[in-house]
Amino acid sequence: MIILAAEEHNPLIPPLGEIIIGTIAFAIVFFVFAKFVAPRFEQIFRARREAIEGGIERAETMQAEAKAALDQYRAQLAEARSEAAQIRDQARAEGQQILEELRAQAQEESARIIARGEEQLAGQRQQVVNELRGQIGALAVDLASRVVGESLADEARRRGTVDRFLAELDSMAASGESAR
Amino acid sequence: MTSSALVLGNALAAGSDGFQAPGLGEFYPTPLATFSLLGVDFEITRITLGLWIATLLLIGFLVAAVRRPQIVPGKLQFIGESGYSLVRDGIARDVVGPRGLPFAPFLGSLFFFILANNMMSIIPLAQISPMSKFAFPLVLAMICWVLYIWVGIREQGAGRYFKDILFLPGVPKPMYILVTPIEILQNFIVRPFTLAVRLFANMFAGHMLLVVFSLGAVYLLSRDNFSLIFGPISALMAIVMTFFELLVIFLQAYVFTVLMGTYLNGSIESEH
Repeated sequence: MIILAAEEHNPLIPPLGEIIIGTIAFAIVFFVFAKFVAPRFEQIFRARREAIEGGIERAETMQAEAKAALDQYRAQLAEARSEAAQIRDQARAEGQQILEELRAQAQEESARIIARGEEQLAGQRQQVVNELRGQIGALAVDLASRVVGESLADEARRRGTVDRFLAELDSMAASGESAR
Repeated sequence: MTSSALVLGNALAAGSDGFQAPGLGEFYPTPLATFSLLGVDFEITRITLGLWIATLLLIGFLVAAVRRPQIVPGKLQFIGESGYSLVRDGIARDVVGPRGLPFAPFLGSLFFFILANNMMSIIPLAQISPMSKFAFPLVLAMICWVLYIWVGIREQGAGRYFKDILFLPGVPKPMYILVTPIEILQNFIVRPFTLAVRLFANMFAGHMLLVVFSLGAVYLLSRDNFSLIFGPISALMAIVMTFFELLVIFLQAYVFTVLMGTYLNGSIESEH
């Protein structure tokens, strides 16, 4: 029976019923796959890609942040260094200035002291000269009156004579000084 | 293998000494029921039952695989994803081309449908693939045929598409006498026919091999003499061939899909 049946069939000529059934079966699979399965798979792939890319992005952001922090730190360090250098320079300049001022002050002081000493010295000299002039005059008159034997103390002429004499002495001394 | 058993039963009952080799009857099992609808005869056989079981199991598997989608996939999702990625990235994107991704659902359902039906050829109790019936591969090939011609017309325009097929660019004019008939034959007849026959013949031959070795083992073990040695060898071969069949199952599903991918590529890219 089976062998007889086999002879009736040509395997390359399919019955219409099977073609219809096959079409329906594939259509169902395609419908389910295209409407439901494939979009879900695509969704999964997308979610996974986003998760991976998101991770990379996060890492990149963190790296950028770390780099920014490092840059900021370096900038701050450089700033602090330059500031320190500036302060040092300023301090040095100030020290120099103070030194200059002190030196000038000291010089001024010494000049003043010297000037006062000279002044004092000149005053004393003048006093000594004045005293000497008085004493020399009195001595000379005393001596002359003793030599002459008469008092010429009240004589206006005598006064004039002594004064002239002393002026002569002065001019002699002045000319002697200038000649020297 | 009821029909195979019947063959063996008949042979033994007839008392004939020779081994009754299984024939085409394998693929025409006695229908469990027949009915007629709108003048078309339908037979419910174990092969059509196999088709529906494979289809339902496939849909059940796919739906279960994507029911709770997770970034880190579970086992079922991973298997489904691997299959779909193979088709989506390996065929739709790499074979069809940059504009091939919209075809991924079609190619994916093609691949999974063929795979599930091929699987029936080594699943115990079913043990015959619906794809070893010419009707089913033919249906798929026809759908592919219509699709790649339609895509060609849509992408390149009817005039350009048919002109390029009839008069292959870059061929010397006298050669058209030779090339044009070949191209027509190739694009409109040979492609769908080979697509269908390749799958059908592989599953057909695979089933025949398994049946011959299985029946041979049963037959030989019921005989005397050296048959006791050759029987187990035959049984062993049946097991080995089952593993070989597993390879063919995957390979043919993949080959069918890849070829459809190259046809779609030819339709989309106009350089041809």
